[in-house]
Amino acid sequence: MVLTPRLELIGITKRYPGVQANNNISLKVMPGEIHALLGENGAGKSTLVKCIYGVQKADSGTLIWEGKKTQVTSPNIARRLGIGMVFQHFSLFDAMTVEENIVLGVSNKLAKAGIKEKITEISSRYGLPLDPQRYVQTLSVGERQRIEVVRCLLQNPSLLIMDEPTSVLTPQETESLFKTLNQLSKDGVSILYISHKLHEIKELCHTATILRMGNLVDTCNPKNETPRSLAEKMMGKSLEKPTRIKNSPFGKPQILLNNLSYKANQSYGTDLKNISLEVRGGEILGIAGVAGNGQRELMKVLSGEELSNPPESIVVSEKNVGNTGPNDRRSLGMVFVPEERLGHGAVPQMGLSENAFLSGFTRMKLANYGFLRKIETDIYASNIITNYDVKTSGIRSLAASLSGGNLQKFIFGREIIQNPNIVIAMQPTWGVDAGSAAYIRQSLIDLAEQGAAVLVISQDLEELYEIVDTICVIYEGKLSSPKQLEDISTEEVGMLMGGVIINSQEDNPLNGI
Amino acid sequence: MVFKLEPRAVSSRVMIYQSPIIAVFLTLLAGMVMFRLMGTDPLQALEAFFIEPISTMDGIAELLVKAAPLILIAIGLSIGFQANVWNIGAEGQLTIGALFGGSLALVFYELETPFLIPAMLLAGTFGGMVWAAIPALLKTRFNTNEILTSLMLTYVALLILSYLIHGPLRDPDGFNFPESRLFHNSALMPVLVEGTRLHIGILIALGVAIFAWLFIFKHMIGFQIRVVGLAPAAASFAGFKQKKLIWLALVISGGTAGLAGVIEVAGPIGQIVPVISPGYGFTAIIVAFLGRLHPIGVIFSGLLMALTYLGGDSAQITMNLPNAVTGVFQGMLLFFLLASDVLIRYRIKIR
Repeated sequence: MVLTPRLELIGITKRYPGVQANNNISLKVMPGEIHALLGENGAGKSTLVKCIYGVQKADSGTLIWEGKKTQVTSPNIARRLGIGMVFQHFSLFDAMTVEENIVLGVSNKLAKAGIKEKITEISSRYGLPLDPQRYVQTLSVGERQRIEVVRCLLQNPSLLIMDEPTSVLTPQETESLFKTLNQLSKDGVSILYISHKLHEIKELCHTATILRMGNLVDTCNPKNETPRSLAEKMMGKSLEKPTRIKNSPFGKPQILLNNLSYKANQSYGTDLKNISLEVRGGEILGIAGVAGNGQRELMKVLSGEELSNPPESIVVSEKNVGNTGPNDRRSLGMVFVPEERLGHGAVPQMGLSENAFLSGFTRMKLANYGFLRKIETDIYASNIITNYDVKTSGIRSLAASLSGGNLQKFIFGREIIQNPNIVIAMQPTWGVDAGSAAYIRQSLIDLAEQGAAVLVISQDLEELYEIVDTICVIYEGKLSSPKQLEDISTEEVGMLMGGVIINSQEDNPLNGI
Repeated sequence: MVFKLEPRAVSSRVMIYQSPIIAVFLTLLAGMVMFRLMGTDPLQALEAFFIEPISTMDGIAELLVKAAPLILIAIGLSIGFQANVWNIGAEGQLTIGALFGGSLALVFYELETPFLIPAMLLAGTFGGMVWAAIPALLKTRFNTNEILTSLMLTYVALLILSYLIHGPLRDPDGFNFPESRLFHNSALMPVLVEGTRLHIGILIALGVAIFAWLFIFKHMIGFQIRVVGLAPAAASFAGFKQKKLIWLALVISGGTAGLAGVIEVAGPIGQIVPVISPGYGFTAIIVAFLGRLHPIGVIFSGLLMALTYLGGDSAQITMNLPNAVTGVFQGMLLFFLLASDVLIRYRIKIR
C-alpha cells in the first residue's frame, strides 16, 4: 500500500516586487517524517513556509493536505487542519505566567478548565519540563521555546513547522529538543524543520529539500550526505574553508579589560560583572554565549557608545579609555562592527559614500574644519567597494538597497581599510550568505595574521570554532576564563553557555590566562 | 478595473520631488470644485486667488514680505525635523523673538544709529532660542515630548505678549489701546523698493537658506543631524552626541522663528501689536514639508504658501469670498501632499 503524504506541494510560485521568492517548488512530507527545508538566508524557506501556514498567498501552485486539494488562506485555517508552527521570534508576554501565555494563544475551546493538566501531561510526555506558574521573564530562551512548542502541541497538530529553532539554544538544549522531535515523529507527527545548520539536519532529519534563490535544487536523504556536500548544494559552488597560514606567537596585549562592570540602563538588560580580559596582537578571541547574556552591553561598552567607570577598566595602548567616546577610541586604532547592520552599522536611507564617512571620518581624516571632504570620501567608498567585492551599482546606492552579505562586506571593508590594530566584531556573519560569510571570516583571520587583536562576540559556535584561537563564554554578564581552543571541549563550552559550570573569574580568581 | 497599491522594491527618488507638484495640482482641482459649489465661477475665483495678487509690482512686493518669515521659520523647522525633533511651537518662539527685538526698539526709542536694527535682529534670534531652549531642556533632562511642550509654550508666549502689550510696553500716548509706540525710523527694516513695503527681510531669508544648505549638506554638524534623525543607533555608533544635537536642532529652529518675529514687528507692522503673526509659525510646518525639508525647496514652497495668504485677501475683496478660503487651501495642500507621499514608497497598479 502506498501511504498518502501528509502534505504535498506542487509547483508553488511566489513573487515579491523585485524578487522571485519561490519558483515552482514541489515537495512531499509523509506522516511521521522529519523533513528539512535547507537553504541560505533569502533562499525562500520562510516564504514557502508562510504559504503553507496561510500567512502569505502563493501566486500559483497547489497544496494537497492528506490527499485533498486545499486552500490555506489564513493561519486559523491552517491550525484547524492540524498545522502548527513555532516561529523563530517568540510571541510571549514577559509579565505573564507560562499558563496565561499558553491560554492566550490557543482556541477558546481549549482554553477552558483542565488546561493546566493538559500542559503537564504534554510536557512530561515529550520531555518539555515547564512550570505553568512561572513568569516568562524569569525563563531562559530554551524554556520560552518550550512554551511555544507546548502551545502548538495542545492543538494536536499532525504537521509541526519549526523555523530555525536551535539558533538561540545551547548544545544541551538542542539535544533535548531533538529528543522531543524524535518522540513526536514516532507518534506520527510530521515535522518541517527549517535550518541552515548542516550537522543538525544530518543528525535529525529523514529527508531534506534544498532551496537556492527560490528554486528547488535537490531532495535527498541527509544521512547519505556530508555536511560539506549539503553546503555545496545549498550554495551552488564549492565551499572554501577559511585558512590560517602561520601560528606565530602572539604579540603584546592590545586591549585590556580590568574588572569591567557596567549597569545596564534598560529594563531587561544584563549587567556586566567584573569582566577581565586581554587580547594580544595576532590573536582572535571569541566570546560565545546564548543571546541576552550581556553581549549587547559588552559591545556597547567596548565601542564607547556606553561609558564605563573607572576609566582604567578598559586600557588601549596604555591609555585608559573607559570614559571616552567611540571616536577617541577609533583614533587609538580600534574599529567596531556592530551586530545590526542596518540602522546601527549603517544608515539605511543614506548612500554608501555617506555611510563610509559615518565611521571613517576620524581615521581617514575626511573632515576639514568640520566640512565634509567629499572627493576623499568618495574615493574611500569606491576603494571599499572594489577591494571588498561589494556588489552594488555605485557609491550613491542606499545602504538599504544592498543584500545582507554585501552590506556586511562593505562595513567590514570600511573598518579594515582604516588599518586597525584592534577589531571588535559582533555576530559578524549573522544572516549573511555562506559565500560572504566565508569571505568575512577569512578577512578576520588575515587581520590577525597582520598583527591586529581581534575580538569576536558570536552566538554561532561553528563560526567561533572555525576562526578563533582563544574562547570564553559570557553567561549572565560574567565571563568565563579564556581557554585555548584545543584545551576545551564543545561539551564544556555548552555547559558554560547554559550556566551549568559557574567558572567566572569572579568566583575563581586563580583561573588566570 | 481595480486600482491597487503595491509596495515598491526601492523608494522612488523621482516621486520625492514629483509629489509636491501632484499635491499642488490636486489642490487646484479640489479648489475649483469648492468654488463651483460655492456658486462662483471656478476659473475666475482661481484667477482672483492666485493670479491677481501678483499681477502688480506692489503685489509681488507683498508676496515677498509674507514669504520671508515663512521661509525663515520653515528652514529652522526642517533642520529640526531632519533630526526627528518636532518643534511645533515656532509661533511662540516667533512671538518671544518679536518681544525681545521689539523691546530693544522701545528701550532705545528715538536713538538714531545704524546699529539698532542689527542689534534688534540678534536680540530677536536670541529670544526665539531662549524660548526653544525650554523644550530642549525638558526633553534632554526629563525625556518629555517636545511636540507637547513646544506647542503649550506657544500659548504661554501669546499670554506674555498680551500682558506686556496691555502693561509695560503700551504706548503712553496711545489712548489705552493695547499697542506699543510706533517704532522710529532706525528701528525699522530698510525698504528695498521705494513705495512698497518690501524690506530686506527676504534677502535675509535667502541668505539663511543658502547658509542652511551649506550647513546641512556640507558640514559635519548637518551630517550628524541627518544621521541622528534617520538612524539614532548609527549616530551613537559614529560617536555623535544625541543630546547635543537635540539642543542644537531646537535652538536653531527657535532662533530662525525669533528672527522672523522681529522682522515682522520691525518690517510691515512697525510696532508691537496683540497679534503679530497670522499663524506663520504653524503654516511654516506645511512649508517645510512641501519644500521636502530642503532649504532651497523651502524657498519655493514659502513663496507658494505666501500666495495663499494674499489670495485669501484678494478673493475676499474682489469675489466676496470668505477669508477662511486661505486656511482651506493650506489645509488641502498639506492633505494632498501627505496623500501623494504614499507614492514614494508605493506604486499604483491597475488590474
